Amino acid sequence: MNFGRTLAVARKEVLQVVRDSRSLLIVLVMPLMLMTLLGYGVNLDTKHLRVYALDREGSPASQNLLKRFQSSEYFTLVAMVNDYRALDAALDDGRCQLAIVIPHDFSARLHDGRPVTVQALVDGSDSNTAQLAIGYAQGVLAGYGAGVQAAFFRSSHAPTVNPSVSIETRTWFNEDLESKNFIVPGVAAVVMAVIGTLLTSLTIAREWERGTMEQLISTPLTAFEIIIGKLIPYFMLGMFDTAICVAVAVWWFDVPFRGSLITLAVGSGLYMTVILGLGFWISVFTRDQLAASQIGLVAAFLPSMLLSGFTFPIDQMAVGIRPVTYIVAARYYIIILKTVFLRGNGLRILAVPALALSLYAVLIVMLAKRSFHKTLA
Amino acid sequence: MIERLHQILIKEFIHLFRDPRARFALIIPPLLQMLIFGYAATYEVNHLSTAVIDLDHSQESREFLERFTSSNRFQVREVLTDQSQIADLIDHRRVALVLQIHPGFAALLRKGQTAPVQALLDGTDSNTALIAIGYINQVATKYSEEYQLERAGRLLPAAVHFAPRIRLEERPLYNANLESRWFFVPGVIGTLLLLSVITLTAFAVVREREIGTLEQLMVTPITPAEVIIGKTVPFLIVGLGNLILVAVAGTLWFQIPFRGSPLVLLLGTILFLSSALGVGLLISTLCTTQQQAFSLGFFYVTPAIMLSGFGYPVQSMPEALRLVTYLDPLRFFLVVLRSTFLKGVGLEVLWPQMVAMALLGIGTLTLATLRFHKTLD
Repeated sequence: MNFGRTLAVARKEVLQVVRDSRSLLIVLVMPLMLMTLLGYGVNLDTKHLRVYALDREGSPASQNLLKRFQSSEYFTLVAMVNDYRALDAALDDGRCQLAIVIPHDFSARLHDGRPVTVQALVDGSDSNTAQLAIGYAQGVLAGYGAGVQAAFFRSSHAPTVNPSVSIETRTWFNEDLESKNFIVPGVAAVVMAVIGTLLTSLTIAREWERGTMEQLISTPLTAFEIIIGKLIPYFMLGMFDTAICVAVAVWWFDVPFRGSLITLAVGSGLYMTVILGLGFWISVFTRDQLAASQIGLVAAFLPSMLLSGFTFPIDQMAVGIRPVTYIVAARYYIIILKTVFLRGNGLRILAVPALALSLYAVLIVMLAKRSFHKTLA
Repeated sequence: MIERLHQILIKEFIHLFRDPRARFALIIPPLLQMLIFGYAATYEVNHLSTAVIDLDHSQESREFLERFTSSNRFQVREVLTDQSQIADLIDHRRVALVLQIHPGFAALLRKGQTAPVQALLDGTDSNTALIAIGYINQVATKYSEEYQLERAGRLLPAAVHFAPRIRLEERPLYNANLESRWFFVPGVIGTLLLLSVITLTAFAVVREREIGTLEQLMVTPITPAEVIIGKTVPFLIVGLGNLILVAVAGTLWFQIPFRGSPLVLLLGTILFLSSALGVGLLISTLCTTQQQAFSLGFFYVTPAIMLSGFGYPVQSMPEALRLVTYLDPLRFFLVVLRSTFLKGVGLEVLWPQMVAMALLGIGTLTLATLRFHKTLD
């Protein structure tokens, strides 16, 4: 492989990229935008859920329970209604997210020691918020129940009882459990997938469309030189973007960075190679910008966002789809990112993903080269 | 004019469907996205890999831990005997949670005092960790309650009959099992439509500009209005086609219910698509190459999806971002989608969303048309 010729191709490519200022601008601004959105917009811990209540009894006891809901930071008691249908209607049009129904014999049952049931109606169409609402409601009710029980035991002159078991939690690696600490590092993987695969495949598909690729092929350049030469500028762009992502994560979002930059650089380089190879491969067999964009989306962007462990934890996915995540390169890169940011240098943890990415990189470059050869003939 | 319009539309459709790769790209990616979201998307926490270490070896400690072993939510993989083994496990990511009971647990409980239990969590996935903490607390509360009652029963058998027992009965409406899938798959239709219609529309115009055939069109008697209609109507139809495809596939494959009126959904889709088409057209006026169109389109669609309430609730976003979401047609369309699929409500509830989408649609189309005229002259 002749370095001089490869660099010539690379130079041409760099000029082309630099001249297209619009794409360049977008490529540089996109990571910032994604990070802002994800860093600030994503908050899975919902508070101030709106609550409607139907208190069929209206006794001091039931009022006390409702006061507990009101004083919880998770709920805001918005309205009291007089019938069930009003609750249904409010849930229907979103005026409330939780509806509490207190039975008419609430105090009586509490007093007699008969089991009391408080109903919690939630809007199941937003299953996530509904789950959280139920969880919080159970917490409020448990607190109320404990209070009532304690009062009962005191009045019966039972020896003092405290809540029996308390849970002391300690979190490793992300002590404050801030969403942003676990989301922001992963953004680099998604950004690179977009730049690496999508933009690359589009650029190269365009050359096929216009016929300039055939011109390249008719020169003495070998397939390998063309591939490497074309991908170099995108590689550098991608690494530059990664650097931006890391800088913003650490300096703006205060995400801890406990590992070494070298480890990150090597991991990013490997990932970048895979991602670029994929982009090139897509462009070779589609040769059409529209098809390349659609396929690139499904083959690179979506998996990197959804199947890599970035948004949804892999252990929680349906069993059938978990094997698929093994071929998503971003999965390995995200492990590297999270480890380097939050854990420090667990080399033992990093070995597996690094190896996987290396193998993947070699495989995909071979594949791209072979497809390229086939189409030349 | 009708005759010319007729011809333009025929030409556009031929363009679109002539290429088998384009046909493929219009059908397979939407279905794939639906499948991926249906199977991978979940915020639930089940089978959380757990390790337990019981240094008390009492009946109480065994009973307490038994509640975790027997729960679906936790999967106890390791029973440790020594504290030194903990660091290793978490470092190697073999477990996400370690429950630790120190000696003296049972003794404290029997004295009526609070006994602590340590929960060590891997915080790298903070969402899972937060939800897990909620579950752990629930188990602890239940255990405490039952222990109290049982203990009181031993000390004051007569009184415990009257000890208050209160519980929460959860009733999720519209989605009895709170399946994440029912929340995501209707939403996928919206994101899908947004992405595909915007990119297709933008590409269609920019491609002609790139190749030079747009100028040729301008030389013919075709008016700019006819060009615009010719470039948008086919994608409106493609969008509707995608809607039907994914809606039918979703209901059949995932058995997601459809309780509302198809006409309401159709109206909502048309209003939504008018905004998408407007944005696509607007983007096409700002770009000269397909690659730029794609980048810009992507640049718009990504925040549009993230701020729409698709994956993360709008309610928990900071005030500033929440205001921005009012400009996002997807935000309103998602409400329409989820309501017609799961809640079965009609226009009497959804009219605010329809009006909002109509306003946004008129706004974007007008802006796009004005700019389009300018770029043609």
